[in-house]
Amino acid sequence: MMARTCLLVLLAAASLQAQVTFDRILGADREPQNWLSYSGTLFNQRFSPLTQITAANAKNLQLQWVWQSRSLEKFEATALVVDGVLYTVQAPNDVVALDAVTGRVFWTYSHQPAPDARTCCGRVNRGLAILGDTLYMGTIDAHLLAIDAKSGSLMWDTMVASSAQRYSITHSPLVVKDKVIVGTAGGDMGIRGIVAAFDAKTGKEVWRFHTIPGPGEPGNDSWSGNSWMTGGAGVWNAGAYDPETNLTFWGTGNPAPDWDGRNRLGDNLYSDSVVALDADTGKLKWHYQFTPHDELDYDSTQVPVLADITFRGQPRKVMMWANRNGVMYVLDRKTGEFLLGKPYVKVNWMDGFDHKGRPKRVPGKVPTPEGTLIQPHVHGATNWAPPSFSPKTGWFYVAHWENTGTIVTEGLSPRPVGVNTRQTTMGQVNLQQFYNNDEEAYGVVRAYDPNTLEPKWEYRMSDITWGGVLTTASDVLFSGGKEGYFFALDARTGELLWKASVGGQVNAGPMSYSVGGRQYVTIAAGSSLFAYALPQGQQ
Amino acid sequence: MRSASAFFVLVAAGLLAAGGALSAQHATAFDIEDGGRAFRNTCANCHGPDGDQVAGIDLGRGQFRRALTDQELVGIIRNGIPNTPMPANNVSEAQAVKIVAYLRSLAESRRSVAATGDAARGKSIFDGKGACAACHRVNGTGSRLGPDLSRIGQVRRTIELEQSVLDPSAEVLPGNRFYRVTLKDGTTVTGRLLNHDTFTVQLLDSKEQLRSFVKADLKDYGFAPTPMPSYKGKLDAQEAADVVSYLVSLKGRATP
Repeated sequence: MMARTCLLVLLAAASLQAQVTFDRILGADREPQNWLSYSGTLFNQRFSPLTQITAANAKNLQLQWVWQSRSLEKFEATALVVDGVLYTVQAPNDVVALDAVTGRVFWTYSHQPAPDARTCCGRVNRGLAILGDTLYMGTIDAHLLAIDAKSGSLMWDTMVASSAQRYSITHSPLVVKDKVIVGTAGGDMGIRGIVAAFDAKTGKEVWRFHTIPGPGEPGNDSWSGNSWMTGGAGVWNAGAYDPETNLTFWGTGNPAPDWDGRNRLGDNLYSDSVVALDADTGKLKWHYQFTPHDELDYDSTQVPVLADITFRGQPRKVMMWANRNGVMYVLDRKTGEFLLGKPYVKVNWMDGFDHKGRPKRVPGKVPTPEGTLIQPHVHGATNWAPPSFSPKTGWFYVAHWENTGTIVTEGLSPRPVGVNTRQTTMGQVNLQQFYNNDEEAYGVVRAYDPNTLEPKWEYRMSDITWGGVLTTASDVLFSGGKEGYFFALDARTGELLWKASVGGQVNAGPMSYSVGGRQYVTIAAGSSLFAYALPQGQQ
Repeated sequence: MRSASAFFVLVAAGLLAAGGALSAQHATAFDIEDGGRAFRNTCANCHGPDGDQVAGIDLGRGQFRRALTDQELVGIIRNGIPNTPMPANNVSEAQAVKIVAYLRSLAESRRSVAATGDAARGKSIFDGKGACAACHRVNGTGSRLGPDLSRIGQVRRTIELEQSVLDPSAEVLPGNRFYRVTLKDGTTVTGRLLNHDTFTVQLLDSKEQLRSFVKADLKDYGFAPTPMPSYKGKLDAQEAADVVSYLVSLKGRATP
C-alpha cells in the first residue's frame, strides 16, 4: 500500500515537471527547443531563437520525415512542440500527437463535428493551444475542446456558439493565465461575432465580448436598422497577448453582407478592426477600425504581431499589421494610437488618412452594377497567413500578393440576410477572377522596416501564396507558396538559400524546434506535414 | 412523463426477471453461446455489439420498447415491427429463442453484480484500498498509465469489468497492452504500447511521458505482461461487486 502511494506521488511529480505553465508560455523565447503557441510566443513574432540552421548551411537541409494526414482539406495548422512531442490537427478536428524526431503517431483524438457545421472556406483548423497537460482546440461546429496531451482523452467539451446558426471556430485558441480565449467565424453567413474566455480547468465561460455592440452599447449606432444582429465581424485567426497591459488583441472580419453595404449603413463597428480586450474581463479598452463600412470583404483577421521597437528614435510598444485591404499599419498597442499606415501593394480604394488614422475613401471604389476595378482584389494583399518579426533584424516579414480584380454587383437590391440557412449572406456579387499572369498577380515575401513600412528586399514567386513566414536568430527565413515549394531565404538579403518541392500547396506557416540538440523546421503542404533538419554530424 | 418512464422500467425489470428464469430453465450454456453468435450476425449491425446502439433500447440490460415476454421477443426478431426500421429476419424460431436466451443471460449477468454492488462504496475502495488511481484516471484524476476509466461504464459491459478486476490477464484489449524496451546501456523502459512499426515503437511510460524509440537503438524489445493485479482474494465478493458497480456508473463527465 505504502509502495503504491509512493509510486503515485512519484508519478505526480514527474507529470508536474512536464507541465506547460503559463509562465513557460510567457517566456517561450527562453526555451527555443519548444514551440508553445501558434506563432511561437504570445507576441506572435514567429521567430525562432534557434541558430543551428544558418545561411551558410541551409543548402544542406534534408527531409527527416513526412506525416500524411487522412484528410483532403487544406492543412493550415501550425504544430506545437513540447519536449519532443509534436501536436497538430488533422482537418477538420482530429488532434494528433507525433514523435517530433520520427513523425510517428503516439495517439489521435477524433472529433466528429455536428452535421450542420458549415464554414465559408474549407473545413480547416489552424492549430492548438496548450496549458498544463491539456491541449485546446476550437472546432468547426463551434465547440472548444480540452484534450489530455498525454493520453489524447477528452477532458471537457464546451459549446461556444451554435453551429446551426453558422458559427464555427477555425483558429488556434489563446491561453492567457488560467483562461482559454477563442473567437467565432461565420462572418460571411450572418453571425454576430464573438470572442469568449473559458476556464481552462472546467471549460466554464468566464466572459464574452460581442464584436458588434448591442443596443445601448457604444458603436451600435454604426449599423442601420437591425443589421447589427447579423452583421458578421467574425474572428477566425489567432489573437495576441501583452502581459504588461493585460490586453488581448483580436482582428475581426468583414461586415455582412460582404459586398453590399446598402442595408448596413454606417461604419459597422467593430468589423474589420483590431479590438483590445482586458484579458480578465473581456472589456473593450480600445479599437482601431482598418476599413470602415467595408464593401470589399477586407477581413482584418490577420495575426497581430507585437514588438518593442525603436520607432522614430523612441522606444515604443507597437503592433504591426499587414492588412488584407492592402495597407500596412503600425499602432501603439497600449492605446491603439495610429502611428503609421502605408499601402504595401497597389491600393485604389483609399488615398491616405485623416489626422486620426481614418482612411480617406476614394469615391466610386465600391461594387457597382457596371463593375469596378478594385485593388487589391477580394483575396487581399494578404489574408490569414502568419507573418514574422525578427528582433534580430528589426524587420517585419510578410508573404503577400500583388493583384487586381473587378468586383461587380448584380441587381438593385441586396439579398436578405439569412441565418440558419445554408445560404451565405455575401450579397449578390459576381467576382471576376483576378488576372493570373506575371504582370498582375504574383506572390512575394518582403521584409519591411516598421519605421517606414518601406520594403528592404523582395523575393518574388511566379504564383500567389498562402504561406506564412518564419525567421530565426541565425537570420534564416522560411516560407512557401501555392506552387508547392518550401524554401529558405537569407533574412537580411532575401537571397534564396535552399528549396524543396513538397508536392502540394503550402497553406500554413513554418515553425522550428529542436530535440536532442538537433534543429528541425516543419511545414504543412498539401495534406502532409514535412520536417527538415541538417544531416546527422553536420549540426 | 418521468414517473411513467420509471413505472415502465420497473414493470420491465419485473417481467424480465420472470423471463430470465424461464429461459434459464430451458437454455443451456451452448444455447446462449449460439444465441450470442446469432445476435452478432443478425442483430449487432443495427443494435451494436452490446445491444445498446439504438436510442432508448438497451438489449443487453433488458430494456425493450415493446416486447416483454420471451415469446413476444421471438416474434419481433422473426417478424420485425411494421412501420419501423426493425425488419423481419430470416431466422428459425429455435434460433430466435437462443438469441432471446443470450439477451436474457446478458441482462442477468449485468444485474447479478451491479444489483448487489454499491457504487459509492466502490468509489471508496477504488480511491483507497484498491489504489486503482495509481494506474487509472477518472475525470482528470489519477495516473494515465492504465486505461482511462472516465467513461468505462459506457464502453464495457458489467461482465467484462468484473473479469478485468478479478482476472485482468484473461483479456487485454490491444490498446492496453504493455511493452518493454531495453536500451543498449541496459536501461529498461516499460509502458503502455501506443504504436509500433518495423523500425520504431511509441509508449506512454511509467512516468507518464510519451516516449518513442528507434528499434535499431535498442538491445531488446517486446510485449510485457499487464501490470494490472488480480483483485481475486484481495477484495471480497461484496467489495468486488462495489468496485464493478462504481465502474459501471462511470459514464464520462457532464459538459460544462
